[in-house]
Amino acid sequence: MTITVNMTVNGKDVSAEVEPRTLLVQLLRENLGLTGTHVGCDTSQCGACVVHVDGESVKSCTLLAAQCDGGQVTTIEGLADGDTLHPMQEAFREHHGLQCGFCTPGMVMSAIDLVNRNGAPSETEIREWLEGNICRCTGYHNIVKAIDAGAKSMGG
Amino acid sequence: MSDTIIGAVREPRRHDSGHKHVSGQAVYIDDLPEPVGLLHVYLGISTEAHARVTRIDLDPVRAAEGVALVLAAADIPGENDISPTHRHDEPVFATDLVEYAGQPIFAVAARTRDLARRAARLAIVEYEPLEPVLSVEAAKKTGKMVTEPLVLSRGDAAAALQQADRRLSGRMEIGGQDHFYLEGQIAMALPGEDDEVTVISSTQHPTEIQRMVAHVLGAPANAVTVEVRRMGGAFGGKETQGNLFAVVAAMVAKKTGRAAKARPDRDDDMIITGKRHDFLVDYDVGFDDDGRIDAVEMTFAARCGWSSDLSGPVTDRSLFHADNCYFYPNVRLTSEPLKTNTVSNTAFRGFGGPQGMLGGERLIEEIAFATGKDPLEIRKRNLYGGGDRSLTPYHQPVEDNIALEIIEQLEESSGYWRRREEIGAYNRESRVLKRGIALTPVKFGISFTATQYNQAGALVHVYTDGSIHLNHGGTEMGQGLYTKVAQVVAEEFQVDIDRVKITSTTTGKVPNTSATAASSGSDMNGMAAQAAARAIKERLIDFAAENWGVPREQILFLPGRVRVGNQEVAFSELTLKAYNARVQLSSTGFYKTPKIHWDRDTGRGRPFYYFAYGAACTEATVDVLSGEYRFDRVDILHDVGNSLNPALDMGQIEGGFVQGMGWLTMEELWWDEKGALRTHAPSTYKIPACGDRPRVFNVEILQNGQNREDTIYRSKAVGEPPLMLGISALHAISDAVASVADHRICPRLDPPATPERVLMTVERLRAASREGAS
Ligand code: FES
Ligand code: FES
Repeated sequence: MTITVNMTVNGKDVSAEVEPRTLLVQLLRENLGLTGTHVGCDTSQCGACVVHVDGESVKSCTLLAAQCDGGQVTTIEGLADGDTLHPMQEAFREHHGLQCGFCTPGMVMSAIDLVNRNGAPSETEIREWLEGNICRCTGYHNIVKAIDAGAKSMGG
Repeated sequence: MSDTIIGAVREPRRHDSGHKHVSGQAVYIDDLPEPVGLLHVYLGISTEAHARVTRIDLDPVRAAEGVALVLAAADIPGENDISPTHRHDEPVFATDLVEYAGQPIFAVAARTRDLARRAARLAIVEYEPLEPVLSVEAAKKTGKMVTEPLVLSRGDAAAALQQADRRLSGRMEIGGQDHFYLEGQIAMALPGEDDEVTVISSTQHPTEIQRMVAHVLGAPANAVTVEVRRMGGAFGGKETQGNLFAVVAAMVAKKTGRAAKARPDRDDDMIITGKRHDFLVDYDVGFDDDGRIDAVEMTFAARCGWSSDLSGPVTDRSLFHADNCYFYPNVRLTSEPLKTNTVSNTAFRGFGGPQGMLGGERLIEEIAFATGKDPLEIRKRNLYGGGDRSLTPYHQPVEDNIALEIIEQLEESSGYWRRREEIGAYNRESRVLKRGIALTPVKFGISFTATQYNQAGALVHVYTDGSIHLNHGGTEMGQGLYTKVAQVVAEEFQVDIDRVKITSTTTGKVPNTSATAASSGSDMNGMAAQAAARAIKERLIDFAAENWGVPREQILFLPGRVRVGNQEVAFSELTLKAYNARVQLSSTGFYKTPKIHWDRDTGRGRPFYYFAYGAACTEATVDVLSGEYRFDRVDILHDVGNSLNPALDMGQIEGGFVQGMGWLTMEELWWDEKGALRTHAPSTYKIPACGDRPRVFNVEILQNGQNREDTIYRSKAVGEPPLMLGISALHAISDAVASVADHRICPRLDPPATPERVLMTVERLRAASREGAS
């Protein structure tokens, strides 16, 4: 049995025939080829798969595609404006907020949601917000720096 | 014309793929478009830690929906073995005996990953259980080893221990660590003509994958091409542990003629693949009243798991670093690489060295408590010095020692003594929260201890438009190796780095490479790439000298251009002219690390080309009612020689520290009494999250660092050494805990210092100090 789901992904209307148990991350990666959203744990704990649904960050490995029917989905691929990176992407690049890069898309998506809610997060607020995003490489030092800088440039 | 190039060596250049990572364009193996008909492979694994297999019925698996192929030991065309050290002790699939819970027994290939996983569960496997040997302690009783032990000795330790003014002994347990690379193990195999196959593998060691695939397929190495562009982290966990997934995918591809992909989920990845070795260290140390060490005897017993894998060199390295920065006048160190019915432990950043160093630092701590002196004083008193205090237990003199210089600088910049006072005053007033501080140094030997691995190759092509194609045997796992090597080539030719195309590591371009491991990636591949670039440069100089009729000395590579006598030509103009004159614009490059040699039988030699140094000062606050703690401040001073890229090096230092701190504090692996790993997901296995990093984190690279040896631009390796800076975190907690017994009893706080363990230690110390007082 398959069902049809319709949603807007990175500003484009998409429609896909999927099994009801298909996860949002599978739809994005396998049906739509949006492989910037990564799978690090498959069990909702690492944050590598974070995307925005209706403007809020969610772990796309925990959500059924069907639950997003009619929703607005933004992935890491949908942030840049042509060749111009989103300020948060630029901040991660500029401040070396990455090494292997596997956690990066999820980190960037989480960080943007944080700044959308709180335009000037303190260091403590950044730390707390990132509890659901794991990075094994950087030790988080530059990630915090990047988010701080990204928040400033998103504001200005 | 600009006066500098973009991306020269020493520039704090960003990671070459940074823009792709932040925009989701960087491609990992699971992101590659899947060829039509691709099969997904899943492994069927043992549920028992030690058992005879009495029956395997795979018919239900074969009959399951979407299944194209089921493979067991009998279906392997070549040899059923992927032992990296060729001991033939690591079958791909178990046959009549299983030796750990998680050991692969068969593989199933199906149309989708989901179908393959479901089918794998349908196998009927019956066992006749045998007694499993699970802990290091139990293994010590059996005495069974996976490989030969090593002994390092100098002087007469036994006699010196007898004669020492003071002597104490003890035992320390050291926990293991899961790599938790964010991108799990994965391989995709593409069948080719005849016996050919291409395997794209998340590996630190493409040549090893090539060898293993050939071995298992019964094909020559030249039929197998292995490629990797980048890994989503590795940390040693992809030095040999990718072999299994690669050979299984390759077999499926060859047998079905379809592409095949093997990617375990996180839980299976943690259950099936090896980790950092846990150790049991027995120590006996003799010293004088000032705390100066006379004699040391230590045994490093390791849980190696069911097969040898890299346990030989890992346990060897634990001995090589048991001295850390300290001179042991009389010493005897023994390794015990023990066989257990657990996952086969493997390489992990530091490769046994960190465990050795922890043993050495425990001695210091014990002596400090025994003599009532500050541990830092004991550390400084025992450092390697000149003359007769420079010889290591393996008889290599320490010639480049800068430990004291680093310690003194950090002592000053971190305000160690002032804070020591403040902390003492604070602890006298505070009942629940206790603070502690520790400053620990690191000395880490650079080179593979197996001399033959200390070689590297590179391939450089210059095209007629002056653009450059770079390839080398090193792999990119996030550390920025590709960027550093490209900086070297840009520097040699004096072109902007964006003229240098960095290409995937492949066995088809540079053969017979070593693992990107032992921190040696940029040291060796940088040198090999430099050699290739210089060979081409030499030819260009010869050509220019002849073409323009000027002496060779008057030809200079300037940024983006070349000065030939009195005129300047663009680099691209020179390359085109050279091509037209039939000059070869392509070269391989080769490097082998000089000066090193090692005789394992006598325990003597120079296994290390040089040492990298560093020190960290950590302050912790412990809640002695709950055992919970936080790190208030960390100061680090680390030596990277003359850095090739300070930004990348800083990243390695920060990340290494936090990974080491995680290992020694919160990361706890736990097997149940039947030998099943119960911490196989991030829900139960906690690695540091953003909130765990130190509140204040001051990281500095040692200024004016120079490698005494002639390494690539006098830089030093940086991959592994910073992990051991995390030892200061353990000692800071220990220092805080010790305050509950007035610093009179050595806490003997064994890692991982989980809150539970910290609390138990607090209670043990309180009980002991009550007893002592009554
Ligand atoms: S893959 Fe979704 S949280 Fe890890
Ligand atoms: S950069 Fe590798 S996991 Fe974050």
